Amino acid sequence: MITMTTPLSDIDLSALESAKVVDARGSACPGPLLEAKKGMGTVQIGQVIEIWSSDPATKNDIGAWSTKVGHAFLGYLPGEGYERVFVRRGK
Amino acid sequence: MSDPIALVLFSGTDDKLHAAATIAAGASAMGRPVNILVQFWALDAFRADRIGQDHGLASDAIRPGSTMTAAPAGSLPWAETFRQAKELGDVQIRACSASMSFLGIDQSQLDPMVDDVCGIATFFLDAETGPVVFI
Repeated sequence: MITMTTPLSDIDLSALESAKVVDARGSACPGPLLEAKKGMGTVQIGQVIEIWSSDPATKNDIGAWSTKVGHAFLGYLPGEGYERVFVRRGK
Repeated sequence: MSDPIALVLFSGTDDKLHAAATIAAGASAMGRPVNILVQFWALDAFRADRIGQDHGLASDAIRPGSTMTAAPAGSLPWAETFRQAKELGDVQIRACSASMSFLGIDQSQLDPMVDDVCGIATFFLDAETGPVVFI
């Protein structure tokens, strides 16, 4: 059974301090997912990374991946032509 | 532990290898072990001296007036996607021994991402608990 964490509000997301920003803008699937997985390995458990992607499917993909492998998907914020996706490292 | 997935790569065109690399990388990122057997035309594309070359497109894509490319804009080359999938997860890439002799090559002529050479029984020993996808 897979349980999703409840995404944070936009205000809470804006206030997050990300330990790392993964800029995957312009990269096609599965690029942003691979970049996110790589980036997650560089932060500590409990820290947050944000992934920038211009692929609108990335936020759902990152959500599915996080849930599957044990990270917390926190939500996403719109940027200019891209989205900022936030994940807290869980393991 | 998630169920493993097995891919058999047969076609050697860039579009099919791109699709296969995407499936392998996605499955690997989601925590599934990936067993890949590379045979025939796909194996030819994995030769160290050819892997970076243009391998063309499947016949489906080569229609008169078609301007299709092998992959969407912003995609990594398929070989790089396979390399990253290996770096990030449990991905085994093996060359089919019969295809090796068919092509008249040995492992030293293949890209180093190919882990070893095996027969079909060895491949199925690892692949027996998950689906097998033929591309």
